Amino acid sequence: MEASAGAGGNAGRGRYRRKRYGHDAKGSDRENEKHLKTSMVNVDVNSAVIEAFQGFQVELDTRNDTYERIVKLSRDITIESKRLIFLLHRVTGSDDRDSILTDAAARMLELRTSKFLPLAKELKGQDPYQFLRAFSPGLQEYIESVTFYHYLADNQLASLDSIQTGLTFTLQDSNGNQNDLPKNLQVKNSAPRKLPDECIGNSDVPPSLKTLSDENKQDIQNRDVASEECLQGQNCTTDKAVAAETFDCESLQTVSVPVPPTEYMLGVADFTGELMKMAINSVGSGDLRTPRIVAEMMRTIHDAFASIGNIPRELRHKLRVLRQSLQKVETACYTMKVRGSEIPSHMLADVFSTAGTGDMFCMDDNEEFYD
Amino acid sequence: MSSTAEIFNNFQDYLNADYDLREEIRAVVRDLEQSAREIQTTLQAIHQPSKSTGYEEICQSALSMFSKVKENYAVLATKIPSNQYYRYNDHWKFVTQRLIYLCALIVYLRDESLVSRETVASMLGVKTNREDGFHIDLDDYLMGVLNLTSELSRLAMNAVTAGDYSRPLRISHFIGELDAGFRLLNLKNDALRKRFDGLKYDVKRCEEVVYDLTIRGLVGREEKAE
Repeated sequence: MEASAGAGGNAGRGRYRRKRYGHDAKGSDRENEKHLKTSMVNVDVNSAVIEAFQGFQVELDTRNDTYERIVKLSRDITIESKRLIFLLHRVTGSDDRDSILTDAAARMLELRTSKFLPLAKELKGQDPYQFLRAFSPGLQEYIESVTFYHYLADNQLASLDSIQTGLTFTLQDSNGNQNDLPKNLQVKNSAPRKLPDECIGNSDVPPSLKTLSDENKQDIQNRDVASEECLQGQNCTTDKAVAAETFDCESLQTVSVPVPPTEYMLGVADFTGELMKMAINSVGSGDLRTPRIVAEMMRTIHDAFASIGNIPRELRHKLRVLRQSLQKVETACYTMKVRGSEIPSHMLADVFSTAGTGDMFCMDDNEEFYD
Repeated sequence: MSSTAEIFNNFQDYLNADYDLREEIRAVVRDLEQSAREIQTTLQAIHQPSKSTGYEEICQSALSMFSKVKENYAVLATKIPSNQYYRYNDHWKFVTQRLIYLCALIVYLRDESLVSRETVASMLGVKTNREDGFHIDLDDYLMGVLNLTSELSRLAMNAVTAGDYSRPLRISHFIGELDAGFRLLNLKNDALRKRFDGLKYDVKRCEEVVYDLTIRGLVGREEKAE
């Protein structure tokens, strides 16, 4: 009995090697022999120990493969999120503010369906914390871009819940289609969409354009749902009947990419860096209002961070950076206040570009305020 | 949408809860470490052959101490929220590895075989699979087994000192088998890999002992023939 089990194991091992190195059967046998010779002791290949380790090999490889797939997805998410942030920075001084935001929203949805949905499926039934290190960079970058987008669109900090909702996917089938669609849209559109001109002065959006962008959004969401369905079509057939009859969140299968609060806060801390960039850029384009408004938001976040205790180590580092960014923006506001009356606004940009390297922005890098 | 203040208040609550839970885990893990130390001290008697006690008695007294370990693991298991094992497992990783090593040592001394993951799990009163609850991580199990090899290579030498010439051969064979087993694994460049790199020294030490015995003709005829 043992011999047969061992033979099975052997075959498995041979198969594995072929797959990995493209060796033929003979080569793998030779490899085997070399292996056992090097250990000097005559090892019985059919022994219980070897058999157990063949099981471990499979288990370890499966886990490492999952990990690698997640790392890959995370990297793609990071790249796309960075591009989104660049896109959002173009809002500064742009006349076509709304179309940029709509474009960003579309790409965010695309990112969710194409990358986060597979990620959620990888994590399904797993302990997310086991793989957190694999997808944490992507997740943080995504949170950064989403909070930035929401700040530009709604002028407030996107909550953890709203981000988590965005990353929760309902697996649907074609039968539940009719029912699911309205609810799905309702959930996603429930956040009030304010006119975004509080943040930057120059956006005088005609109402027609705004409704157009909202329609666009809906279109995109429809597409989003549709593509999810075809993705789900093949592998979610079991609860078809259930989902069609009782339409409930519980009866539908949901998968989600969990967002741990710490990751969210790390993303928010990164987001303040983007605010700083935006403030400085807007000065460059002659916008004197934005830095003040941005500084206010950064100050709110900074104060909130300062008030909480038991901060994890990685966050503490980011808060030091946040403090420096805030000082930079505050210095910019100060300069504008002091010199704004003397220098024509179109020349302020020059003042900043020269001041950027000078004493004005020389921050005390060693300052450790939060320790 | 909630206000910024609300978001940060929630975060503070979350951090506080997390901190409290970690404190509780630390308390349980301290107890576990204490038990592990006691068991290890008991088992160290195998290296002092002057005492007339056999391995069997030493194993028995060590085994009797595992009941407290089981209790502690049961308490620990209740504290960990489902699917958050890997969020906190840094706290008990080392003590678990050490306890796995102790289990493996006991099982080896009794049956001269490699302890299975199922046996370790039942000795510690935990589960084998992640899906079933508080479980033993594969990495921790393998780490524990690697710790066993260094202890066994030491035992091989001490057995010779005590006049037990056949044991080193069996140990050497066993470690050789483990070495072959670990070579099957595709290890990543992590802690396990680093520890595995030390295995070859254990193998070497055992082989040297066997060599010394063989050239002096201290090994039984039948074993040499093999």
